[in-house]
Amino acid sequence: MKQVVKRPASLTDKAFHFCPGCHHGIVHRLVAEALDHFNVRESTIGVASVGCSVFLYDYFAIDVIEAPHGRASAVATGTKRVLDDRVVFTYQGDGDLAAIGTAEIIHAANRGENITVIFVNNSIYGMTGGQMAPTTLLGQRSTTSPYGRDYHRDGYPIKMTEMLAALEGPSLVARVAVDKPANVKKARKIIRQAFQMQVDNKGFSFVEVLSACPTNWGLSPQEATKRVSDEMIPYFPLGIFKQKDVVDVL
Amino acid sequence: MPALKKVFLKGNEAIALAAINAGCHYYFGYPITPQNEIPEYMAKHLPEVGGEFLQAESEIASINMMLGAAATGVRVMTSSSGPGISLMQEGFSYFAGNELPALVVNMSRQGPGLGGINATQGDYFQAVKGGGHGDYHLIVLVPHTGQELYDLTIKGFELAEKYRCLTLLLGDAILGQIKEPIDPWKPEQVGGDPDRDWLITGAKGRPPRLIKSLYLADGEMEKHNWRLQKKYQRMAAEDVMVETRDTDDAKLVVVAFGSMARIAKTAIVRAREQGMQVGLIRPITVFPFPGEIISMISESVPRFLVCEMNTGQMVEDVRLSVSRNATVDFYGRPGGSVPTPEEIFDRIKEAYDACRQ
Repeated sequence: MKQVVKRPASLTDKAFHFCPGCHHGIVHRLVAEALDHFNVRESTIGVASVGCSVFLYDYFAIDVIEAPHGRASAVATGTKRVLDDRVVFTYQGDGDLAAIGTAEIIHAANRGENITVIFVNNSIYGMTGGQMAPTTLLGQRSTTSPYGRDYHRDGYPIKMTEMLAALEGPSLVARVAVDKPANVKKARKIIRQAFQMQVDNKGFSFVEVLSACPTNWGLSPQEATKRVSDEMIPYFPLGIFKQKDVVDVL
Repeated sequence: MPALKKVFLKGNEAIALAAINAGCHYYFGYPITPQNEIPEYMAKHLPEVGGEFLQAESEIASINMMLGAAATGVRVMTSSSGPGISLMQEGFSYFAGNELPALVVNMSRQGPGLGGINATQGDYFQAVKGGGHGDYHLIVLVPHTGQELYDLTIKGFELAEKYRCLTLLLGDAILGQIKEPIDPWKPEQVGGDPDRDWLITGAKGRPPRLIKSLYLADGEMEKHNWRLQKKYQRMAAEDVMVETRDTDDAKLVVVAFGSMARIAKTAIVRAREQGMQVGLIRPITVFPFPGEIISMISESVPRFLVCEMNTGQMVEDVRLSVSRNATVDFYGRPGGSVPTPEEIFDRIKEAYDACRQ
């Protein structure tokens, strides 16, 4: 029998610990495939953030540094400024990047740091047990919005991709989802493109990945995935929001 | 050590020059008075040595950019003042947990809050007793002259690398702004060993490495913390620095650090001229604290006078160090004023007369 798909070499053999139906496993795989594609596993440095994704160091066969909550893009800036010939990426959740780390991500993007940011948006705080995130949808219940998110009290779900796309600095800003095979294929392509930008010294690339958190949403894996399609994508539209195609880094 | 041409520099500039001569080619920082000459000097001179200056969007970003750079093994620094240092404390704790070396300068200002830009020593507790979360320490160096700012900056990088920790150089507006002749020099080794086995550089031809401070497995966190504590004990055994003067025949010993020690020295010279047997202990490291030396001296000296530009912070460490029979007096002024040598002299005389009664 011919093997057509295998585990990316940039992933370790360790089985993911993520909850059933969580999309982190898919996103991990897509990132690892991109590292394999560019053959940069041995020259890549990952910056782990706080939240469920912190354990990426168990799954990626690369050098990793752990950042404080929200600060991953500042940590990545420091690393990349020293080792400008390595691939440096951060992998951050919505609580990390869109709340406590808003200043760091906006300024890293605005400086056009030649790094890649993978932003996994599941509209809730996962690891801490399902509290409201900046991306929690209006009306969505969480442990800290038990009656549903109300914009008078909590503001609107923040659209990081649209915000960053408005800046001059970034080179690639896109939103993808991993709710169905066709979208996973698109996500694979755009994540690869994001690393391509960095490899080609084209500057800051940012991919928001809409994903599910069945455990904290209180839904089955199937229902959670359907919620990404039916409720998240309408509010957080998919696509490439900004793309510069010139070499942006000297 | 190759000697270089004598220069006339502000204290802040002396630090920046020393850092560059020590091979520190990366600076991340955010402006705040009274230390702006450091980022300004770095912005101008780092490009000349192929280095990189980056003005961050905040002190929080600065310290985290340092975290990312320090993990690659290069010498890296930042500088700030009280309110900025408060913001960096989160990063200090991560530096301790991640065991990464770097240098931070606090040219402290008066607090609490926005305070004022003049000299104070109100950040002693913050520097020495923590501030960030967890059971950790920084090496804290407290220079008292321009030359010492230069020398201790270089020493600071060496100590940070020796222990894989953060070194804090604690000064104030007097030291940062005073202009003095400096004899610059270059250390034998500019930068740490590039073959250290923990550097994050990309896993080329070796197993992947990880720098982290999260320990969830049973017993792992305690093991990590005990290892850190052993490091702090080793600092106390190997790297305490202190200046002592005229303590052999002293009936009264003044304990002071930084610019306060400088003022106290003038007062002590005057006291000696008037026949008073007064000595000085000037800690150069306040973590590790020279407790054993103070304890030893207190076996023969009945009285101590601790002088600080705060309302009593280091005095607690002195009280913990002296033998049971010694008396510890304190004279302090909070942020907002700098005592004169005459005021210190009056206090010395008062304490001296008291110990003769």
